[in-house]
Amino acid sequence: MLKNIDINKIKRFLFGSRSSYGAIFTIVLYLLLIALGFVYLYPLLFMFVTSLKSPTDLLNPMVQWIPTEVYTGNYVKAWRVLSYPNTLVNSILVSVIPSLIQAAVCSVIGYGLARYRFKGKGLIFALIMATFIIPAQNTAIPQMLTFKRLGLLGNVFAIILPALFGQGYRSAIFILIFYQTFMSLPKVLEEAARLDGASDLKVFLLVGLPAAVPAFIVSIIFSTVWYWNESYLTLMFLEGGVQTLPMQLAKFTQAYENLYPSGMVNIFDRLNEAVKLAGTFLNILPLLVMYFVLQKWFVESVEMTGITGE
Amino acid sequence: MKATNRTPKKGFHLTLRARENLYGYAFVMIWIVGFVIFTLVPLVQTFQFSLNKVTVTATGIEMVPVQWANYSRALFTDPTFVSLLIEYAIETLVSVPIVIIFSMIIALFLNLKFKLKGFFRTIFFLPVVITSGPVIQELVAQGTTSVPGIADSTGITVVLAQLPSYLRGPVEYLLTSFILILWFSGVQILIYLSSLQKIDQSIYEAAAIDGASAWESFWKITLPSLSTTTLINAIYTIITLSHFSENKVIKYIYNQTYAVQGGFGYAGAMSYLFFLVLLLLLGITALVLSPRSGKKR
Repeated sequence: MLKNIDINKIKRFLFGSRSSYGAIFTIVLYLLLIALGFVYLYPLLFMFVTSLKSPTDLLNPMVQWIPTEVYTGNYVKAWRVLSYPNTLVNSILVSVIPSLIQAAVCSVIGYGLARYRFKGKGLIFALIMATFIIPAQNTAIPQMLTFKRLGLLGNVFAIILPALFGQGYRSAIFILIFYQTFMSLPKVLEEAARLDGASDLKVFLLVGLPAAVPAFIVSIIFSTVWYWNESYLTLMFLEGGVQTLPMQLAKFTQAYENLYPSGMVNIFDRLNEAVKLAGTFLNILPLLVMYFVLQKWFVESVEMTGITGE
Repeated sequence: MKATNRTPKKGFHLTLRARENLYGYAFVMIWIVGFVIFTLVPLVQTFQFSLNKVTVTATGIEMVPVQWANYSRALFTDPTFVSLLIEYAIETLVSVPIVIIFSMIIALFLNLKFKLKGFFRTIFFLPVVITSGPVIQELVAQGTTSVPGIADSTGITVVLAQLPSYLRGPVEYLLTSFILILWFSGVQILIYLSSLQKIDQSIYEAAAIDGASAWESFWKITLPSLSTTTLINAIYTIITLSHFSENKVIKYIYNQTYAVQGGFGYAGAMSYLFFLVLLLLLGITALVLSPRSGKKR
């Protein structure tokens, strides 16, 4: 009898019961997730480790994952090649300013679509979705010519202006986020405010906006990240003017040759993959910091904005 | 409340319906203006360019009508463009199922109850934050995005050499960019996760009482409930892959924009052809995945 109970207990421990998955399943689950997670992050781990390798470690086939010393020379070089403080500030400006404007404008548009019934709303919705599908190349050249005529090429305003009119990078997603948020706002609140004599604008500012704080945070951080990483439009509109980090990374080799001409420096100072990967890491470092500080807002964004609730 | 009010006041006051129309447009107006200026007009202009030979002069641009010459050149004369376009279409069609299956599996895992759930969620979303063209270019150039230890082994090289050329391309792409493809799953995982959480748990309980195994429950309950989400995710995946600045077709079009041989007209024609293929891919996906098409499961 006693033995029987023990076996059942062990069985339950290993194979699970109604209330738990059991040890075997849990271990398998963790092993799978760790393996997948490792494969998933392999490029990043490889990048980080390699960026810390000295030229001798790079050539040494025995050194795989653990460098013999923590060598910061690559970062010193990459910092100079990227002209880091300068391009970093540019990248922040080019991504944060348009994303703030984009969020503000999209909130207005999303509110209008969610709270009012008007003719042609379906058409506008369809066109908003179309802007998400239309590739940037199909509109970029005439836009570029317009900015050139206005003298805005190489200027942050070339990125800001479309955002100001709700045509920023991936604006359709943000309009949709605000639409969902304002759709789920109870009408009762609006009617109460109206009875108190509030105008439409006031209802939007005093009832709508406070309810949309999560939508604003999610929109701003995603928009910032996407603007930061966007490199086609920045190349089209900003080349020759404001240099962002990804733009500078794209011509890393050339910039390195200018700073350290290959004929002039000794063999250890030639461009190698460690320096390149140090540059790449410097490029994503601000985003990584932002991600780990705001991770809750990133990974719970879908629930917070209810964007899938169609 | 508003629209059902059937006693509009005549005269000085606007009817409620007209008032609502007016305010609706007031809120959306900025988008309409922006759409015309920054999307519609450039779209038409690009099309116009594509029908001309465009030369940039000191005073502006000069256009000489060439009818469909830019299109026929892209399709029949240019040896690179069509092969890049086909490559893009195949790579996209290969990548989408991988992204969909991977993100669904990860979402199913993350929907279970266990410690460290938040930690793994953070890991699998991370690439969304850092994926930019130049960064990916560096990572691919250093060979970090291939399946670790498989892509460069001699066995694979031998097998690859045996394959016919139309298969070799996609397989090679799979091996060298496998992790990169997975990196496009971040947002999709979150979308799957949130729709998994919306499935009513009592359906599973009822199925379990009727003797359904977890396996059967997955195919009969979970998967059908996710069909709309799968369509959305597939479309999102196709668009992100197609708009990604490392996309070879996009790169080629960009290089041709300023090339002596190319120019705005030729780039415009290629942009429209690329757009057409993108729409075709979206159409195929919608047809295959549409929940209404009565897929047998």
